[in-house]
Amino acid sequence: MITYPKVWFAAAAVALSFNFAGARDDGLLGLPALDVPSDNPITKEKVVLGERLFNDTRFSSTGKISCATCHSPAKAFTDSPLKTSKGINDLTGTRNSPTVLNSAFNLTQFWDGRSPTLENQSLHPFVNSVEMGLKDHAPIIETIRNDPAYVEAFKKAFNGIDQGKISMTEVTRAIAAFERTLIDGDSRFDRWYYKGEPTLTANEIKGFQVFIGNGRCVSCHAVEHTSALFTDHKFHNIGVGINRIPGKDLAQMAQEFLRAKYNREEVDEKVLKNPLASDLGRFAVTLEMTDMGGFKTSTLRNIDLTAPYMHDGSLKTLDEVVEHYNRGGASSDKEPINPYLSGGIRPLNLTTAEKKNLVAFMKTLTSGKHLKK
Amino acid sequence: MSRNSRRDFLKNAALLGVATLPMSLVRLSFAKSGDDFTFAYISDSHIQHIKGNQFVRNWDMGLKRAVAEANLLVPKPDFVVYGGDLAQLGTKAELDHGAEIMSALKYKTHYVMGEHDYYLDLGAYWEKLFGPQWHSFDHKGVHFIVLNSVLTHHHWTYERWPTAERRMAEMSGLDNPNGSPFMVGEKQREWLKNDLAKVPKSTPIVVFSHSPLQKIFKGWNFWTDDAEQVQAILKPFQRVSVIYGHVHQIQYNQIGNISFHSVMATAWPWPYPQSYALAESHLPVLTVPMNRADPFFERDATGWQFMNVKTGRVDLTYQLPNNTTRTVAFNAKTGKPGDIAYQEKTKRIPPQDHY
Ligand SMILES: [Fe+2]
Ligand SMILES: [Fe+2]
Repeated sequence: MITYPKVWFAAAAVALSFNFAGARDDGLLGLPALDVPSDNPITKEKVVLGERLFNDTRFSSTGKISCATCHSPAKAFTDSPLKTSKGINDLTGTRNSPTVLNSAFNLTQFWDGRSPTLENQSLHPFVNSVEMGLKDHAPIIETIRNDPAYVEAFKKAFNGIDQGKISMTEVTRAIAAFERTLIDGDSRFDRWYYKGEPTLTANEIKGFQVFIGNGRCVSCHAVEHTSALFTDHKFHNIGVGINRIPGKDLAQMAQEFLRAKYNREEVDEKVLKNPLASDLGRFAVTLEMTDMGGFKTSTLRNIDLTAPYMHDGSLKTLDEVVEHYNRGGASSDKEPINPYLSGGIRPLNLTTAEKKNLVAFMKTLTSGKHLKK
Repeated sequence: MSRNSRRDFLKNAALLGVATLPMSLVRLSFAKSGDDFTFAYISDSHIQHIKGNQFVRNWDMGLKRAVAEANLLVPKPDFVVYGGDLAQLGTKAELDHGAEIMSALKYKTHYVMGEHDYYLDLGAYWEKLFGPQWHSFDHKGVHFIVLNSVLTHHHWTYERWPTAERRMAEMSGLDNPNGSPFMVGEKQREWLKNDLAKVPKSTPIVVFSHSPLQKIFKGWNFWTDDAEQVQAILKPFQRVSVIYGHVHQIQYNQIGNISFHSVMATAWPWPYPQSYALAESHLPVLTVPMNRADPFFERDATGWQFMNVKTGRVDLTYQLPNNTTRTVAFNAKTGKPGDIAYQEKTKRIPPQDHY
């Protein structure tokens, strides 16, 4: 049995216990033990600070956007129902905002996994031209160092750190520590599957059978014996987004990437900035052809609250998602199957009842603790 | 493979560089200097007709992916070799459908005959689509030879079976006592002798055959019956590589001056033959269904394979899905190819002994 250091948090605002051995009425039923980096232990002070940073709109070029703008606590830490996120001056990005809930368990961050940790991840949206729009991180540090309340909070969270020494290292560590408290299990499914409680209806149970059987879902959205994150942490081309790239452009862009790789050069800015390149997905990170059009398997926890779906938000409902997979990786009957499709995706021939039950099952994965109504 | 290690790989290795998604890119640097070039290799797609315009989806997808990836390759290959078994039962429908998928390739393609292409009409329709069953060509200082190595005895071919369909079915079975060993045959060996007579002994030779031109396992025709005679014809040449399909698995070998390397299939991987095992297998029968759709990943063991013949020997780096990248390189000490990371017994990954 995993015993976690029973630390710090007994009297915290967010009641969270890391004792996995005891009775699981802590909201964590169905979750594995959380890996916390040794250089960034979770403390109450750091979490409170992180939450404040997460919600602070001053760290954007217009002073209007915070992390919470696209990861709103009121919307299960997404910006549902937006298709793709809206940053400064209502500029839209190319990707759907993923929930922060349980992102602490991800082995990589972002839809294409280009960031290895939560600490690294939060560096990027601040300086993304369509997200928070800063040129560099300097204004963040300046704002913090000139705000006595922040200076005090950083002192408390980081061993009395000097005002002049506060850097993005501490900022991102605090945000990551806060995000590591946003872990949520204990859904109706968890109570049924891991505790044997009669919390699911007969149709929802049938839906789970489809999930692990004909639906082939569980192969990527993994369910383990003692916990379930509903992801394999891998990247798959499931036929979303890639069809938007005209064949000629795909060949041209891919060859730009591969030429840069072959010549050991950096990829040209122009290619990276081409919005079509966004749908190359994981390929643009690894330059491996097996990653063409691949995106990270997202968790299914709280999926009912995070519509629309897929990396580009192109599918509005869970029913549309199921239809997409049922066709074997196409969003309509007219859409062609792309040749880079992940080997696991194939037509499913599910019945109407199976599809309905599958969607009903996915709606049992909603947790409660961190969801503000 | 990380970007950096990949760059190092390209920097350090580089020569006959092959990739098989299911496809292989071969870069030959022992050609005349300044004439480095690459070619791609795709093999064993087994396009299978169900009925009407229906074909087995998974085999279609494997070939389509190989073609799509070959078209993206940088550097651009000078030509493509198709290693045989384009069809499953050699029908016109299958060969046409396979040819149609292959027509998306942007490069000149040389085709090798597989037994699944051959034994219905003895290559008649295949020849119409793809040209002669054996031929040779020179490219930038290398002499390339394409052989039909899946022929067999006259009696078995022409007299034994009541129908062509039956003949095809008998030849496509594994461990089939009614089967017959593959061979290049006397007529083609004569042609090969004549073809090579005018080639200087220092010219690098690359032979493409469907079956291995060596004897590995007869029950599955991982075998060419007149392999020794063919090898004898190739013996006078300083650097010879034989690249073959058919086995749907990773194989490498060295016999004298000849390096042998298989290329993986786009369709499916074969395990090593059960009947070839030296010890009895105690694999239990699976009675409890697994909590997964299995097999899930259809492209398993049909990965990328990079060949490097900088030294005149073929070194291979394999990139298989969900697997550690491995390199099989020529070991000067042992005089044969070996896995560079797993030669020491103590360093090997122990085999799985529980299920
Ligand atoms: Fe084959
Ligand atoms: Fe074959």
